[in-house]
Amino acid sequence: MIPPFRRSARARPGLAMGLAAILAVALTTFSDVTQAAPKPDVAHFTLSNGLEVVVVPDRRAPVVTHMVWYKVGAADETPGKSGLAHFLEHLMFKGTAKNPAPVFSQTVALVGGQENAFTTQDYTGYYQRVSREHLKTLMEFESDRMTGLVLNEQAVVPELKVVLEEYNQRVANNPRARLSEQVDAALYLNHPYGRPVIGWRHEIEKLTREDALAFYRRFYTPNNAVLVVAGDVTADEVRKLAEETYGKVAKVAEIGPRHRPQEPPPAAERHVTLADARVQQPSLHREYLVPSATTAKPGESEALEVLGFILGRSSTGRLHNALVMERGLAVSAGGWYRGTALDATQFGVYASPKPEVSLPQLEAALDSVIADVVSKGVTADEVERAKSRLIAEAIYAQDNQATMARWYGMALTTGSTVERVLSWPDRIRAVTTEAVNQAARTWLDKKRSVTGYLVAPTQKEDKRT
Amino acid sequence: MSRRLRVLIASLAVALCAVLAIRPADATTIQRVVSPGGIEAWLVHEPSLPLVAMNFAFVGGASEDPADKPGVGYMVASLLDEGAGELDSKAFQRRLEDTATEMRFSATQDYFYGSIRMLSEHRDQAFDLLRLALQHPRFDDEAVARIRGQILSGLRRESTDPGSIATRTWWRDAFPNHPYGRPVNGSLTSVPTIGLADLKDYTGRVLARRHLKVAAVGDIDAATLGTVLDRVFGALPADGKLAAIPDRTPQGGGKRVVVSLDVPQSVVRMGGVGVQRNDPGFISAYIVNHILGGGSFTSRLYQEVREKRGLVYGVSSYLLTMRHAALFMVTTQAGNDHAGDAVQLIDAQVRRMADEGPSEAELSKAKAYLKGAYVLNLDTSSKIASVLLQNQLDNLGIDYIERRRAMIDAVTVDDARRAAKRLAPGGLLTTVVGRPKGMTVGMTTEAPRP
Repeated sequence: MIPPFRRSARARPGLAMGLAAILAVALTTFSDVTQAAPKPDVAHFTLSNGLEVVVVPDRRAPVVTHMVWYKVGAADETPGKSGLAHFLEHLMFKGTAKNPAPVFSQTVALVGGQENAFTTQDYTGYYQRVSREHLKTLMEFESDRMTGLVLNEQAVVPELKVVLEEYNQRVANNPRARLSEQVDAALYLNHPYGRPVIGWRHEIEKLTREDALAFYRRFYTPNNAVLVVAGDVTADEVRKLAEETYGKVAKVAEIGPRHRPQEPPPAAERHVTLADARVQQPSLHREYLVPSATTAKPGESEALEVLGFILGRSSTGRLHNALVMERGLAVSAGGWYRGTALDATQFGVYASPKPEVSLPQLEAALDSVIADVVSKGVTADEVERAKSRLIAEAIYAQDNQATMARWYGMALTTGSTVERVLSWPDRIRAVTTEAVNQAARTWLDKKRSVTGYLVAPTQKEDKRT
Repeated sequence: MSRRLRVLIASLAVALCAVLAIRPADATTIQRVVSPGGIEAWLVHEPSLPLVAMNFAFVGGASEDPADKPGVGYMVASLLDEGAGELDSKAFQRRLEDTATEMRFSATQDYFYGSIRMLSEHRDQAFDLLRLALQHPRFDDEAVARIRGQILSGLRRESTDPGSIATRTWWRDAFPNHPYGRPVNGSLTSVPTIGLADLKDYTGRVLARRHLKVAAVGDIDAATLGTVLDRVFGALPADGKLAAIPDRTPQGGGKRVVVSLDVPQSVVRMGGVGVQRNDPGFISAYIVNHILGGGSFTSRLYQEVREKRGLVYGVSSYLLTMRHAALFMVTTQAGNDHAGDAVQLIDAQVRRMADEGPSEAELSKAKAYLKGAYVLNLDTSSKIASVLLQNQLDNLGIDYIERRRAMIDAVTVDDARRAAKRLAPGGLLTTVVGRPKGMTVGMTTEAPRP
């Protein structure tokens, strides 16, 4: 098997790229334990300053994953300041009065720890992984930078250059990422999800120290954060350590509800074509505007998960079967549903044509696969297979404390709950064939979609009539 | 819940946990399992979750491709799960999905790797699928044509991707007339010529028991694993027919190669002679590399090139120990305006390290990091299986994990200074792809066609 076209993650880790790939997977296969596996003994409580805490014990190895998630992301930026949430994430490594840079990073390194951070539309996270006895030290440092950040121009100026290099690396040097930005921008007519997490270049260039500090003071406060500790710990230990460290951080801002401008009902199907001289393999990529786990009616998001699997699975899904295997039009084809989001999210499909096949020809074939699902529905057998495979993911996830920590962090920063994470397998199990068919009929409507073509500038056959 | 995995790892943690004192009898928990048929594997039996991870490798990856047909091993790796035994591609993939089994194959220059992850309830079926894939791959015309199309599609994409071009160009120039100089995934001219006979010849020569190493972790005991090893690998030929690959020193030290490509950011690959894994100075060199550019936010390269000047988003160096070459590599990407400055800074930092070596303080911090961080590689079944496999491929011995701390502690500042002089003493071959300002001086070349 050749890995298919992988959509780039919405997550933009600020200091390394590793987590992005993991998050991309996690975001589309958000799941939890099955009945076959022991359920993790998850604890959830709130400190008096409003900080939520989740503890996910995994006692097999003497390692802990320590993460702080802020309920703020790129979609919470003021218009004109795109990229600010991510820029601040970078600047969070510049030290505090108590621990000037690079004391925190040096301490993490000295104990053999790993650290990084990431920014998405809905949340910003910071984490370290260390052997268990160093947990308290990290909690002291991380709680200190929750409200204690100090920024001076000498640190801010080079960091803005670093972020522009990150933009070059992720977007400017990568035609597929450029198309993805255009598709998102066209999909969201009103909601800030249409802006790239890393920002538009002309706005990134103008971000300042004052912008970052204002954003920091507005959103970085214990009552807007979630602490997740997974690994070789007990809930009691973490509660005690959290009270001794994070518990002493005073609330610095009141946080209102997260109301972003919402999308109007979509009225017109949209097409965008990005021509880039570097394109040697054209591709198409479509997104539909659909409900997220947070905005959906009960059962709807779960049905979309199953539908995404049936249509989109890279080696057995309907799109692969029809476009790659049976009709031989594509070298790869698939799809995904990104359920974890605070507001209306995306259901995506993609395909890359064989050399002799044009994009309009491929798009017509893709349309016929989707039309078939919408008009005739999926089979009960397909639904059962998809459900059992989705639920199995949960057992695999339990093998990885960092994955478990991410699931709870993502849930609690996108309007979901610990209970919903725990009930995920049961909710998937309850999905009916009719619910999947209803989801297909309701949401796979071209009026709700943007189709993006990635082409070389001279490819005449891809011009639309 | 079993505590054995925990105890294994506790034995290398900085502070020994109380649990270790209670359960000292379990401390040797990496078991050497030899099947009734004589196949060896390393096992960590950890039944607290209902899953098993197994990783394995055969010596002879892309280096076993015919010289005029690079990409054969890569294509085989892409095809083993595309139909085997009575099952065509669709049926095989469906069986994998129905059992929630994850099966992967890949080829590097030196090794043909495989890994499988399964739920306990499907263990027999999952291992049976692996047996079929290794012993009875079908290579049906349909699957071969489809996978060839996918590989060619990937190669077309790579043909204008600066990172791929940089990597391909660097290896071509560092290893002329050697298998390492040829691309693992082949080229637009070689892949169309690979036929069924090439695929079968490759599996017959490479998938053999003599050059196989196996590691398993999870819900499987030694006796069961022994049976599985014979069933999965037992019918493979005892001995393969591997080509004699010569050892080689990378060429081009001190040269700069610029490949012109219209992108805003230049991609930089630099590399020279490193220190081999079985060299007595390896651990010292490993520590020195960590100080110089080993990936943490505290390395000299990270501080000088990124933190102080903002020239790049990422910069790191690493030692690459291959079966027939030892390399020291640096990678980064920098906007065209300052790619030249970044390369100069990196060169200067490498020279400074060679001239002065690390300080005592840097050495002790690096040791602390490297001792502490190892445990982070051992917190999931797949990661443990991967470490146990690599330690076998590197001939480190089953007790390496226990010995490693003392080996690191034993390195003196003089050892480190000597090792620092062994990182690319002949200079680095530097490949830059993009439009780097002021870097047209030196050798400019065309990119190798993918």
